[in-house]
Amino acid sequence: MTIHRGRGIASVNYPTGMNLGGDPSQALIFCQPTGGFSVKLASTDLGQGLKTVIGQIAAETLGVPLDMVVIDTGDTDSAPHCMGTFASRGTHRIGNAVIMAAKEAKKALLEVAAEELEAAPEDLVVADGEVYVKGMPSRKKSVFDVALAAHFKHGKTISGRGIFMKPKSPIDPETGACDPDSTEAHATTVADVEVDDETGEVRVVRLSSAYEVGRQVNPEMVRGQIVGGSVMGMAHALMETVFPYYPSLEHHTGSFSEYIIPTAMDVPEIQSVVLEYPSSNGPYGVKGVGEMTANSPIPAIVNAIYDAVGVWITDLPVTPEKVLRALEQKAAGN
Amino acid sequence: MKQLGIVGQSVKRRDGVGHVTGQTQYVDDVFYPNMLWLQMVRSPVARGKIRRIDTSRAEAMPGVAAVITAQDVPNNWYTILCLIGIEPNDEPVLAHEEVMYEGEPICAVVAETEDIAREAAAQILLDLDIEEQPPVLDVEYAIRPEAPAIKKWGNNTFMYDGMNHRRLRFGDVEAGFAQADYIVEGTYQLSPIEHAPIETHVCVVKPEPDGRLTVHTNTQALYFTMDNTAIILKVPSNRLRMIGGTVGGGFGGKVDVITEPITCIAAMKTRRPVKWRWSREEEFRYSSTRAAVKMEYKDGVMKDGRIVARKVRSLQDAGAYHRHSPYGVQKHMANLPGPYNIPNVWVDAYCVYTNRQPSSAMRGFGVTEASFAIEVQMDRIARTIGMDPWEIRLINAYRNGQMRPVRKIVEDATLVETLQAAAQLVGHELPEHLRAMSSDDYHGRDER
Repeated sequence: MTIHRGRGIASVNYPTGMNLGGDPSQALIFCQPTGGFSVKLASTDLGQGLKTVIGQIAAETLGVPLDMVVIDTGDTDSAPHCMGTFASRGTHRIGNAVIMAAKEAKKALLEVAAEELEAAPEDLVVADGEVYVKGMPSRKKSVFDVALAAHFKHGKTISGRGIFMKPKSPIDPETGACDPDSTEAHATTVADVEVDDETGEVRVVRLSSAYEVGRQVNPEMVRGQIVGGSVMGMAHALMETVFPYYPSLEHHTGSFSEYIIPTAMDVPEIQSVVLEYPSSNGPYGVKGVGEMTANSPIPAIVNAIYDAVGVWITDLPVTPEKVLRALEQKAAGN
Repeated sequence: MKQLGIVGQSVKRRDGVGHVTGQTQYVDDVFYPNMLWLQMVRSPVARGKIRRIDTSRAEAMPGVAAVITAQDVPNNWYTILCLIGIEPNDEPVLAHEEVMYEGEPICAVVAETEDIAREAAAQILLDLDIEEQPPVLDVEYAIRPEAPAIKKWGNNTFMYDGMNHRRLRFGDVEAGFAQADYIVEGTYQLSPIEHAPIETHVCVVKPEPDGRLTVHTNTQALYFTMDNTAIILKVPSNRLRMIGGTVGGGFGGKVDVITEPITCIAAMKTRRPVKWRWSREEEFRYSSTRAAVKMEYKDGVMKDGRIVARKVRSLQDAGAYHRHSPYGVQKHMANLPGPYNIPNVWVDAYCVYTNRQPSSAMRGFGVTEASFAIEVQMDRIARTIGMDPWEIRLINAYRNGQMRPVRKIVEDATLVETLQAAAQLVGHELPEHLRAMSSDDYHGRDER
């Protein structure tokens, strides 16, 4: 029995947004009497952190602290249309819609503040929850006071509407010519594996990735996507199938005792670096990083297995049985 | 890059504490007084003709409130992509003439408890008369003319603008092969996999006194689900109120609008709140999977590593019905050449139907599969011509200003930079000429 070590690499691109476009999302923002902002979205946070990053984008654009922004999602009675959470589109689409809505709300806020501070709106700045006159930081009012004045003195609404849509691209049926994406994120993953030539088992020792995702809104959550995707990709490469004898229907899996997914004990060492090359059309330069992190580990692991034992297993998942059969074939000189 | 304020900070996520302390309310946590439970009667065979559905014995069971069959569905077409122009309709909400996969919904039982609903569903299954037919399971067989057509339009592929595949044609691929020093071929197969969310599909519908329906759903797309449900129910969308926004694992598995229409019909018929929650077995066996995809690559490569031609044939196993597969194959087509600058490309991508549980959206679908094949193919090329796997990618990586096969100019390329950064991360020293490369080092001159 010998344990063989191998290293493989894989580089991938990933398109941001629904293929061909035509997938709008809207946002409404309104200011409450005491200066809190409510962002109304019909979007869904699947656990990837949409509410958090959208809160950051809204706070950044409005110029108020993050805790003054509430992100309300998940009710079609109270929020306008959003196409949905898929296609690595959420931060890009909804972020752009929220920036547009926040700019309109901010404009309304500044118009009220201008009257209160006896200055022109274009001379005002909003930062840290206060509105002040450019170059004269002592001439200021809190957003709290401006909001109160708007509601009960001026009878003005501080609110904004936003939408983002990349118009749907046609597709030429003869050539396939089309505009499929808004931008592309990129990554390279290096997999280090050990292959046991007696049992056929593959152990992923380490996954090392460099991701380029435009601007990161929340680096820790980008890291979370990379770690989660690395494990999901590893499982796709080595463990998962609902039809173990595809295309046969036999042994169709029906539970987690037959369909094995990784546990914490299976997680390899995961290291990553993130590069930032802002996109031209994402909110503050964002690109989508949701789905792609599960992609690059798969071919990197398969390439590492070849590097370790000299066989190409190109039929996923790479089970011990397939590895042993390939090694037997190789030994037999095929 | 301009430094910003709160954007770029690793602030704590808003839902984290609720999730890890068990305080988050998911759809299955929603209960109403007087609520009924729904269970589905599903096809026991992969393909067959329905001779008789007899619900009488089940309906007579104590505690059974209603049985929903195809006749109760106002518009019995499950048409999730009709809103983006994908047609014709091919999937009934409830089957009544034929079944196309094991587990296909035939009728629903609504009862006072989940156990009674399950027993009544088992009774209907016993009373069901289906003439079993041999299933079509292999995609290569399914596209052959002698294969029985399981689709009403007379073959087993989705028809794109009158063609049985989506295609990409760029340059002259045969001229590229003629010019090449090496031809490298590879076949790649991915298996269907499950999203395996911790939370299975769940829906709770409450009929309101004003005639509207409140729908608690774990969909990934509220309006999409609302509008598709309204089409099936033949009611204006504003009769429905979708409440969601918290999902215990999506990964593309919860954009199929698969629970809401039937649960709404059950609530309308019984005028009581209804809950339908899937078992783990249903989630595995009957929810959509990622598609199995088979890809055949043929590349023409020069001695210096440049790929001058790439021809790809891809077959996606959509299972029994469209779901999101016709969309996924279009995305697949655009991504099959990969992030490389290849002057001659030919792609044929097929969306093929079989008698298998339908495949649909799953994290990266269309691209995941292409990336797998492309990147193993890149290593095969490197091994064949005796070149380093880093170098083969860096030489061919697309650059800003170049033309992709879909005829879009590359503008946000950073493949070169991620390769260089990954090499640095693992301590792999790249030679000087590769370190000097950049995604911006193409200046309109292409000697190919």
